[in-house]
Amino acid sequence: MSEEALRRTPLYEIHKELGAKLVPFAGYEMPVQYPTGILTEHKWTRESAGLFEVSHMGQCSIEGPDFETTARGLEMLVPADILSLQPGQQRYSQLLNVQGGISDDLMITRSNWQGLEGSLYVVVNASRKGFDFAHIEENLAPGLSLKRWDDLALMALQGPKAQEAIAKLNPKAAELHFMNSGRFTLDGVEAHVSRSGYTGEDGFEISVASAHAAQLWTNLLSDPLVKPIGLGARDSLRLEAGLCLYGHDIDRTTSPIEAGLNWSIAKRRRTEGGFLGAHRVQRELLGGVSRKRVGIKPEGRAPAREGTEVLDESGRKIGIITSGGFGPSVNGPIAMGYVETAYAAAGTPVQLLVRGQALPAQVSILPFIPNRFKR
Amino acid sequence: MKFSKDHEWVTVEGNVATIGITEHAQSQLGDVVFVELPKLGRNVAANESVAVVESVKAASEVYVPVSGEVVAVNDELSGDPALVNRAAENDGWFMKVKLSNTSELDGLMDKPAYDAFVAG
Repeated sequence: MSEEALRRTPLYEIHKELGAKLVPFAGYEMPVQYPTGILTEHKWTRESAGLFEVSHMGQCSIEGPDFETTARGLEMLVPADILSLQPGQQRYSQLLNVQGGISDDLMITRSNWQGLEGSLYVVVNASRKGFDFAHIEENLAPGLSLKRWDDLALMALQGPKAQEAIAKLNPKAAELHFMNSGRFTLDGVEAHVSRSGYTGEDGFEISVASAHAAQLWTNLLSDPLVKPIGLGARDSLRLEAGLCLYGHDIDRTTSPIEAGLNWSIAKRRRTEGGFLGAHRVQRELLGGVSRKRVGIKPEGRAPAREGTEVLDESGRKIGIITSGGFGPSVNGPIAMGYVETAYAAAGTPVQLLVRGQALPAQVSILPFIPNRFKR
Repeated sequence: MKFSKDHEWVTVEGNVATIGITEHAQSQLGDVVFVELPKLGRNVAANESVAVVESVKAASEVYVPVSGEVVAVNDELSGDPALVNRAAENDGWFMKVKLSNTSELDGLMDKPAYDAFVAG
């Protein structure tokens, strides 16, 4: 993609003023890091509160005459239980293709906004939003429609002090439970706030009109507890937290069962099916899978990057690394990838083929650091 | 001190060259978390990839700008890779090479030329 074609988010100028290093990501010019660097940003998020702009992600709502009709419509495309969502409640799921592969992963929230009781608010990955919106629209039942929210910005406030920081703008927003959401005025700015995130920490995702994004961002950053964090630390944070990155740890060829996302598929959906790709999900739930996503911890200091081959102790290839790097809070290299199911138990010794050398490693439980979500 | 287009620096004492990555290179890489150095006694050729420096985000190759035998490596980098960020052009050196062809030094840039090269 040529540089001219890169899109800019509502906070682009602010990132530049903050001295961010901007890189192309999913068609946008995004801050990968600020002057302090990825290590410092990562650790700050784990100790205090980090503020991320993620306006490149796709926000839309699916609208229908009433909640049940809308929920049943989306349940055709995702394996999660949408019908049981309470107003304001949020759930993680995946858009599946007809073969049971993952077209994208997404967050789905039942609206608790007055006048929008039949709506589901959906956030998808930046790199997939074009596909996702078209796919959802094509497959919606009559009477349902998809509305893109391209004029909304999105930011994430993450870390153990996120609650304290947001409480200064609106104490009610700080009372949200994990995976719940609502509409709040944050010091004069209307926002849709959910208690969720992508770092393994407690935190909030905040959707606001693009025109008000700079005001809210600046307001949050004026708190000494809060610092701006780029996509580089977002990646190392989510990797330590064992969370999948679409296009790397999950894609059109992997199923939610291979990816270990069984927890996101409720019992009713497993039994009833009735979603795209259900035959594979149901078959794999009963009969098992030949490969599984696992955490892998190299024993030495050398990181094993995406694409690194995983070998058994005899040197036979048994899998591949899909995300790998350095975990600043772990203070060592960490990775995740797929291995043959026989090797998927935590503690299994494996080898990683890094620059022609087979380096010792172990299959590890995920996450690498304990999640600190606010339950 | 001389500089290569691959962002390595070289200083020479007698016929031994000390080699590292430049201040500009470390600032572009960001936080260094791992350095892989060549084995002692290895014969390296100019512009050969002989070391790897890894930041949180990515791995980058380090090309040796001169030919010769590796006679020393900086062991401190294994326990403290961030030394590359703190002191790229002195204590954060990578390796020492006994030169087999001193004329290769003539092809390297001096400081003003390198600064101009970096400025593009």
